Amino acid sequence: MTTMSNSDRRQRPGSKESHRCSWGPYISAITNRTTNLFIRGGMLFSVGVFLALVLNLLQVQRNVTLFPPDVISSIFSSAWWVPPCCGTASAVIGLLYPCIDSRLGEPHKFKREWSSVMRCVAVFVGINHASAKVDFANNVQLSLTLAALSIGLWWTFDRSRSGFGLGVSISLLATLATQLLVYNGVFQYTSPDFLYIRSWLPCIFFAGVITMGNIGRQLALYEHSFLQQKTHQD
Amino acid sequence: MTLREQLRKKISAAFYRHGLLCASYPVPIILFTSASILTCCYPLLRLPLPGTGPVEFTTGVRDYNVPFHEPQGDLGERPDWYHGPPVAYIQQVLVKAAVSPWDSSLVPVDVFRSPLGKVFSLLEEIRNHVHTDSSGIRSLEALCLQVTGLFPGLRRMQSVLPEHGCLLVSPGNYWQNQRELFDSDPDLLRTIQKHEPKGLHTSATLRDLLFGVPGKFTGVSHYNRKRVVTYTITVVLSHYDASFLNSLRNRLKQLHPSANCSLRDDHMVHVHFKEEIGIAELIPLVTTYIILFAYIYFSTRKIDMVKSKWGLALAAVVTVLSSLLMSVGLCTLFGLTPTLNGGEIFPYLVVVIGLENVLVLTKSVVSTPVDLEVKLRIAQGLSNESWSIMKNMATELCIILIGYFTLVPAIQEFCLFAVVGLVSDFFLQMFFFTTVLSIDIRRMELADLNRRLPAEAGLLPQKPVPLRTREVPPPPRPSPHTITLQTPAFRNLRLPKRLRVVYFLARTRLAQRIIMVGTVIWIGILVYTDPAGIRTYLAAQVSEQSPLGDHGGGVLPPHLPVAPVFRGGDPTSTLSIHPAPDPTTLPENQSQGHLGPARAGRLPHAPPAGPQITWGADDEEGWRRLSFRHWPSLFSYYNITLAKKYISILPVIPVTIHLNPQEAIDMRHPQDTRHPPPSIPKVSADFQTDLTLYKVAALGLAAGVLLVLLLFCLYRVLCPRNYGQNGVAHGRRRRGDLPCDDYGYSPPVSEISPLLLRGHSMDIECLASDGMLLASCCLAGQIRVWDAQTGDCLTVIPKPGWGHVKLLLLLLLLLLLSLLLSHVLLDECYPLRRRSAPSRPPLFTNQPDLTPLIDTNFASLPPSNVSTPPRVGFDFGGLVERAYTEHEPPSTYPSPSSRSPSLGDSTGPSTQDSAVGTQGSGDVSSVWALELRGNLIAAGRSSGKLELWDAVEGSLRCSNEDSVSGITALAFLSNRIVAARLNGSLDFFNVEINKPLGLLHRGAPCRGSVPPSPCYSSEDVINCQLTRSVQCAHHKPITVLRAAAGRVVTGSQDHTVRVYRLEDSCCLFTLQGHSGGITAIYIDQTMVLASGGQDGAICLWDVLTGSRVSHVYGHRGDVTSLVCTNSCVISSGLDDLICIWDRSTGIKLYSIQQEVGCGASLGVISESLLVTGGQGCVSFWDLNFGDLLQTVYLSPSGDGQGVRQLLVLDNAAIVCDFGSELSLVYVPSVLEKLD
Repeated sequence: MTTMSNSDRRQRPGSKESHRCSWGPYISAITNRTTNLFIRGGMLFSVGVFLALVLNLLQVQRNVTLFPPDVISSIFSSAWWVPPCCGTASAVIGLLYPCIDSRLGEPHKFKREWSSVMRCVAVFVGINHASAKVDFANNVQLSLTLAALSIGLWWTFDRSRSGFGLGVSISLLATLATQLLVYNGVFQYTSPDFLYIRSWLPCIFFAGVITMGNIGRQLALYEHSFLQQKTHQD
Repeated sequence: MTLREQLRKKISAAFYRHGLLCASYPVPIILFTSASILTCCYPLLRLPLPGTGPVEFTTGVRDYNVPFHEPQGDLGERPDWYHGPPVAYIQQVLVKAAVSPWDSSLVPVDVFRSPLGKVFSLLEEIRNHVHTDSSGIRSLEALCLQVTGLFPGLRRMQSVLPEHGCLLVSPGNYWQNQRELFDSDPDLLRTIQKHEPKGLHTSATLRDLLFGVPGKFTGVSHYNRKRVVTYTITVVLSHYDASFLNSLRNRLKQLHPSANCSLRDDHMVHVHFKEEIGIAELIPLVTTYIILFAYIYFSTRKIDMVKSKWGLALAAVVTVLSSLLMSVGLCTLFGLTPTLNGGEIFPYLVVVIGLENVLVLTKSVVSTPVDLEVKLRIAQGLSNESWSIMKNMATELCIILIGYFTLVPAIQEFCLFAVVGLVSDFFLQMFFFTTVLSIDIRRMELADLNRRLPAEAGLLPQKPVPLRTREVPPPPRPSPHTITLQTPAFRNLRLPKRLRVVYFLARTRLAQRIIMVGTVIWIGILVYTDPAGIRTYLAAQVSEQSPLGDHGGGVLPPHLPVAPVFRGGDPTSTLSIHPAPDPTTLPENQSQGHLGPARAGRLPHAPPAGPQITWGADDEEGWRRLSFRHWPSLFSYYNITLAKKYISILPVIPVTIHLNPQEAIDMRHPQDTRHPPPSIPKVSADFQTDLTLYKVAALGLAAGVLLVLLLFCLYRVLCPRNYGQNGVAHGRRRRGDLPCDDYGYSPPVSEISPLLLRGHSMDIECLASDGMLLASCCLAGQIRVWDAQTGDCLTVIPKPGWGHVKLLLLLLLLLLLSLLLSHVLLDECYPLRRRSAPSRPPLFTNQPDLTPLIDTNFASLPPSNVSTPPRVGFDFGGLVERAYTEHEPPSTYPSPSSRSPSLGDSTGPSTQDSAVGTQGSGDVSSVWALELRGNLIAAGRSSGKLELWDAVEGSLRCSNEDSVSGITALAFLSNRIVAARLNGSLDFFNVEINKPLGLLHRGAPCRGSVPPSPCYSSEDVINCQLTRSVQCAHHKPITVLRAAAGRVVTGSQDHTVRVYRLEDSCCLFTLQGHSGGITAIYIDQTMVLASGGQDGAICLWDVLTGSRVSHVYGHRGDVTSLVCTNSCVISSGLDDLICIWDRSTGIKLYSIQQEVGCGASLGVISESLLVTGGQGCVSFWDLNFGDLLQTVYLSPSGDGQGVRQLLVLDNAAIVCDFGSELSLVYVPSVLEKLD
């Protein structure tokens, strides 16, 4: 269970930060660019932690009976450092995406709206849900299905080459990192499958990266437009 | 590619036609759509109600076989969950024990101590029972459900529940199934009570689990009046062995015969438990729903520019939801029963189907040109988006198809639903949503405009009247009303329809009631269909009370639900009971009334003096009285889930035990007798349990009150205090935060591009129009004549000399240039110019300030080039020279202070004069008054000169310089001109046309006040002759002059208003009543005269008698403008407040707070449409209701320059004065559209 929970991380722009973004005056109090960066990072971090906890629960409940002993403690049953790790990872990814966009000089224009971001998050949770709830005949099928779903997610909400590349590389790295952790005995899998990895791990990582990137870009867009507005006013 | 193009064209055309269809027949289409939705949803009626109550299925015991794993074809009514072996078989041994006969020497503890003690011997019996037959020896150990350990979190239960071995629970578990512990227990009740959870609990308690009957039926208490103790020994079996169970049953019956027992033992009940939603599952579920709502919120937030944002958002959500319902309905119709958990997949389905199309449609439709017909707008909007909609739909279908080929059943099912949902969503979007959108847009246009129509104008005055009579008795006109009292009442009555609907809903609480009723019905159905619910409870109640009915009627009511079973089971016993025992037996029992044992199946041969043990129909399935969570919780203690599984409950084995008093006394614990006798013997046992109910209710009530208080606090914190106060909600508004009316409703904003009339180099001073032409004069003395229809500049005065056609051509050509360059140049020059105006004198010492001379607008420049071809370029030398000379003699006229809005507060007379007349005539005076009639412009100058210009040709036709006192106001009526001068004199001029041929009547008359204007041809010789001069009309400067209906009204700073007859210039009245200078006068064709003064007072006068009709104080500071309509007077003041008064009663109806500096700009377009100026915008108000209809921003960039003057032309155009620019706004063309 513990190991399974490790896999779920990142995303979901809770309604919280979106509200915060719409409160122009609050943001306008902040003129400093660095502060803004920290705020964004903080938001992304909290989103990541929250999603890690929720999705963890989704995976955990697969094995529980009607009355889990203590729901709250089961949320934290995995290693305590997993949610912060997920939060940090999501913050990094969410900041990386807009940064890379601006470095490459090709700003992301595709579906830049909060509703689209929410849709993306919902689909991501749905993918997790499916991986937790649906019984697949074998693990290859599970992996393939999840891979198709993740690619679909990317196609629907991102469609940028940089996003795809970053997603693939980060998910590979993350899978590798989990593997290393497993070899070092920090974790163990309840039942390793398909080449000794949880077969759906890379796909979930990929989808998570795409989602977090989406949120990060949207947040950056807010900051961007705000700064523009600010200079305009001046 | 060509194929693609063709396809695209075809799709677009099809959508166009479809849009036309939808917008043309909205009602039939909506009806059709609703019908199809209902039809598709009809199969849903067959689906079970959502709820987690268990379902049951009864089979006979005799022919029972363990069902097979695979459901075999159609097995009649057999439910689909009934396959495979059950999780467990439940065998309950129902024990009823009593000490009989009851002896008065016994203490209350004896009621249950010895009966409970019997459980140990029974347990022994059951455990040791061995059945031997041909197939071998079977004992309970082999058959029962072996448990291996309690769930880890249940340490506290460890001592009570069996930890390993057979799952066999009985009250004996309280004492570890050891008789010695029981015997040495001084207080049995405390032991039992010890394990009860402290807080409130809803599911099965340990006591229920061990006793196997609900707590109040056990009879284990000091207040047990029946003195019968009931409990069960529950044996959980994993295998079913009919012969073993039979032998056990026979053995127990043999040991403890219950002779009168009529319980049926030929039915076993299989109970299937649905999946329970635990908190662990709830959290992700709630998260998904939160995401879903955020998605919907962010999506619908984008709907804009429509009449009712909420309505459309609702329509969008309805579209998606009903398409989901339709998909489920269709799938069930074709035999696909949903096996997925609906609540879980629902959010994902919504997300997959999405609201995007709906939003795209809305956006596309509202972005079509506003002046098109609604039908065409819808059609265009649809066809614009047709390609992307089809593309998206195809993509989504493809993705879903791919998902279908994953061959995972759950995903396939999801995909199937999604496909059907997508298709039905498309259908609904095309038919339902499009139609709703068309209705909405039509409403938006109608709402703005219906009052504009002349045809409806007549209806309007009546409009408020029926309203008033309907809701509140009409206020008697003559009786005095205080303004403060009247205002809110009027406001409330004059609500728009939308708000009236909302208020109606709020008043009747319709929605709330419907929801409440719906919830109650739903709960009712759930409770009724719930096996553990009200139905069985009712049955139990009825069977309990039936003996009471016997007391009265003696006949068992035939409608009792238990009666048939009961009689069928043992007809003889039932028949024999009722007449006989109750009246005759036991006087003691009788005295106890209905508190006594009142079971239906009472024993006829029970010992008369003791408690009777009776067996009723409700004992047959006593487990029904338990909570339906009873079994799941029992099994969950052993980490076995019953979700989606079933258990089989075998018929109970009844055991009756009669103990004689001696036995009871023997078993007493020494402390038992010390137990005090029940202090309140009359309190029934039920009362104890009821207390918890009251506690729950009280706690719930307290929680509710707390919640309400909390919400109230939140509301107070979040909501502005001045919410709903009159006239405050829209104060200083910036662009971006829109003005809204008192109820927080912000009407749609439309950006229309007005015709910008540019050309004046300085601020515009006077405006005049007769509907066709528009004349404007700036501080520089330049008069420009514009075509009021097209916005073309026709003439610049003084700069005559071009033909009409040439001018137009040039203008067209140069407009482009000026557009390009003026942006650059004006942006730089404009602030410069503004700043330089006051600081000019000091500058002059060094070098002349030439900024006003640099004509940055190229539209006016080229004419000079063209007219004088040899002189290429701009004649700077001449200009500079002139500027030097003009600056020298500053004419020092006292500036009339009351004219501040028009005469410019920053630029004194001296600077005005210096800037005047740089071109052309060389006149050094500025124009103070301007009138336009026909094609003649009358201009009154500060030098006292009256000039008449030809508006088209730009030539001076005549001038009059009889007086040197500046003309402050002019009135031009037919062929008479009245000029008011600064020295208080009033001059009447007659315009004589020597060749009066061209008296054409043209155009519609100006809002009923002006007679048709004559048109003078250019050949006519026009002569302007002073006919009469009233030398001392006022002894202070005349500030206002108005003429209408043959009267000339002047207002002066000497606090008086004078009325003259136009024909003979005879003074009819001198109206006194103001305590300050007159600043505004209104008079129209119907002889309504209103005046406003510096004292903030407004007077209404009767022009025929010269008497004052009413006198109200409305403003702090000057009244800056006044307009009357048939029913009301609109005034604006220096306090930037616009007040609307009832004309007949003089009562203030309401007021509108304006922006700073825009107070004076107001105009009335029709009887009920008021237009006011703001920072860079004009707003339209409904005069009858006082609510804001629309705000039109005049420039896309929104540089908030206030509208200083506002002139309403009779072709529904508005001219606004923005500094040096004019803006010609056609009242949004939707106004003229009638659908």
